Amino acid sequence: MAIRQISVFVENQKGKLYETLKVIAGEGINIRALSVADTNDFGVLRLITSDTDKTREVLSEDCVVNTTTVVAAKLEDRVGALCDVIHILALADINIEYVYAFTASEDFGAYVVIRVDDVEKAEQALIKENVPILCEDDIKEI
Amino acid sequence: MGRYFQPEIETASREEILKIQNEKIVKQVKHVYDNVPYYRDLMDKKGVKPEDIQSVDDIKKLPFLSKADLREAYPYGLLATDLKNCVRIQSTSGTTGKRVVAFYTQNDVDLWEDCVARAIVAAGGTKGDVCQVSYGYGLFTGGAGLHGGSHKVGCLTLPMSSGNTQRQIQFMMDLGSTILCCTPSYAAYIGETLEEMGYKPEDNKLKAGIFGAEPWTEEMRHSIEKSLGIKAFDIYGLTETSGPGVAFECEEQSGMHINEDHFYAEIIDPDTGEVLPEGSKGELVFTALDKEAFPLLRYRTRDICVLTREKCSCGRTFVKMCKPMGRSDDMMIIRGVNVFPSQIETVLLNNGYTPNYQIIVDRKNNSDTLDINVELTPDKFSDIISENQKKEKKLESAMRTMLGIGPKVHLVPPKTIVRSEGKAVRVIDKRKLHD
Repeated sequence: MAIRQISVFVENQKGKLYETLKVIAGEGINIRALSVADTNDFGVLRLITSDTDKTREVLSEDCVVNTTTVVAAKLEDRVGALCDVIHILALADINIEYVYAFTASEDFGAYVVIRVDDVEKAEQALIKENVPILCEDDIKEI
Repeated sequence: MGRYFQPEIETASREEILKIQNEKIVKQVKHVYDNVPYYRDLMDKKGVKPEDIQSVDDIKKLPFLSKADLREAYPYGLLATDLKNCVRIQSTSGTTGKRVVAFYTQNDVDLWEDCVARAIVAAGGTKGDVCQVSYGYGLFTGGAGLHGGSHKVGCLTLPMSSGNTQRQIQFMMDLGSTILCCTPSYAAYIGETLEEMGYKPEDNKLKAGIFGAEPWTEEMRHSIEKSLGIKAFDIYGLTETSGPGVAFECEEQSGMHINEDHFYAEIIDPDTGEVLPEGSKGELVFTALDKEAFPLLRYRTRDICVLTREKCSCGRTFVKMCKPMGRSDDMMIIRGVNVFPSQIETVLLNNGYTPNYQIIVDRKNNSDTLDINVELTPDKFSDIISENQKKEKKLESAMRTMLGIGPKVHLVPPKTIVRSEGKAVRVIDKRKLHD
C-alpha cells in the first residue's frame, strides 16, 4: 500500500534547488507533493512524483538520492482531522519523523505524507480506524 | 623469497654496506668541500674539515642543509660540477614556496634509475610487464624517475603522464597494463572512474601499483587495492635527493627499504638537531653518498618517521623507513595543535567515506577554525535531517579523538570537491589572508 518517496541531498547554495527541479521538469515528471528541510549546510528535498523509478534514475546521475517508504493518508475536510490521524499513530506507539501536506487537483482533498519508523504498523493502525490510505497507483491518478 | 634488481647489493651484509658507505662518504665530502663554496663555508663555520670525516659515523659532525639553504643557493649555489657535465634538470612542483632545481650527470641519472628499477622489481615487475607511468612528465621527478626505472627493468613502458583519465583507462584496458605508477590520489581517482564506467576490479590486468609523491594512509592503500584489484606499493623520494626511489616497499608492505648504498639516512630531533637512536621518531635526514652534480649532505627532509633494521622476510638488508607520519610542510598548526591531513583521511576511510575531502582553516575572532568538507555517498544519505547531522557529529567526534582538536564537518554532494589529476589540494589555509 505505502508509497515511495525520493529524497535528494541539495547543497545550501543559490540555484541548487532550481537545478534539481529543472531535471525533473525536463523529463516530464509531475511532482505530486514535496517538502524541503534545511540546515546551515544542506537541504533535503523530499518528493512524491508521478513516476518514482524515473525520478530516481534521472536524479541519481548528478545527485545523492535515496528512496524511502512513507504513508500517505487522505484527510476529512473538518477541524481536527489531522489531529485524529496523528492520535491514532500515537496510540499505536509509532514514531513520526516528519509530516507534510498536499492537495490533489482532482478532488481538492487534503492529504498528508507521514514518515514513520514502522510503515506497516502505521498503515494497519490507520486502516483499522477507516482512514483512507493511498498507494502508488493512486498518486499517479490524483 | 622475492626477486631483486641488483641482488648482490640489495641483500649485502651490514658489513659490506658499511664498507661501501664509508668509502663513498670520504670521497663525497671531499668532492663537495672542493666544489661547493656554499657548503664549504658551512663546514668552515662549524670547524669541520673533510679529513674529519672518515666513516659514516662522522656524518653527524657535518652541518645540515635545509630547504632555506636551497632557496638561498638557487639556482647554481649547490652545484658540485661544471654545468657541461650535467645532462638533466628536474624541479619540485613548487607547492611549498620556491621551486628547487636539481642537476644530474649521466651517472646521477643512472643511479637514480637503478634505484627506481629496484622498486619496480620489488613490486613484482619483470621484462614481461606493461608499466603505465601516469605520474606527470616534465620537470616533476615522478614521470621521469618511473619511466627510467621501467626501462632499466625492461618493462614495456607506457608514458601516459597524468590527466585525461578516460584515455588512461582506454590504454590500460586495450594494452593490458600490469603495473600502474602514479600518485595515490590519482590511483584512487582512476579506480573510481573505472567503477563508474562499469568495470569490475578483475576486468583490468593490473597486478601492482607503485604510488608516491604524496602522503597516503594504510586505509587508502586498502581502498586502492580493492578498487583496482592490485597490490599497492609505496615509493619515496625527493627531488633534492634525486627523485622517487630513494626508498621503496617490498612485498612485506611494512616500510620502505632505503637504497643505502646511495643514500645515508639519519633520524634527528627536529628541535636540537641531535641524532636519535634506531627506532626513534624524528626528522629524516639524507646524505647523498655518490651523486655527482647535486650532492646534498645532511639534507633535512622535514618528514617525520622511524627507521628500523629488523630483518625483512624479502631478504633485503637495507634499513627500512616507515611511511612518513606527515611532512612538516603539510603540517598545520591549528589552535596550537599539530594536524596532518593524513590523520583526517584515516578517520574518513575508517568510517566508510571516500578520501575526497577538503580542509579549510581560517581565523575568526582571533581563534583558528577548522572546517572539513566531506563528500557524501548515497548509502550514507538519509531523508531524515537529524540522521545526516548525526553522521557529521560522529565524524567530528572521531576527528576530535584523532587530532586533539574539534573540527566542524560538512557533508557535501559527491564530485563537488575539485579533483586533481596530479597532486591533491587538500588544504585551504585562509589565515594567511588576515596576516
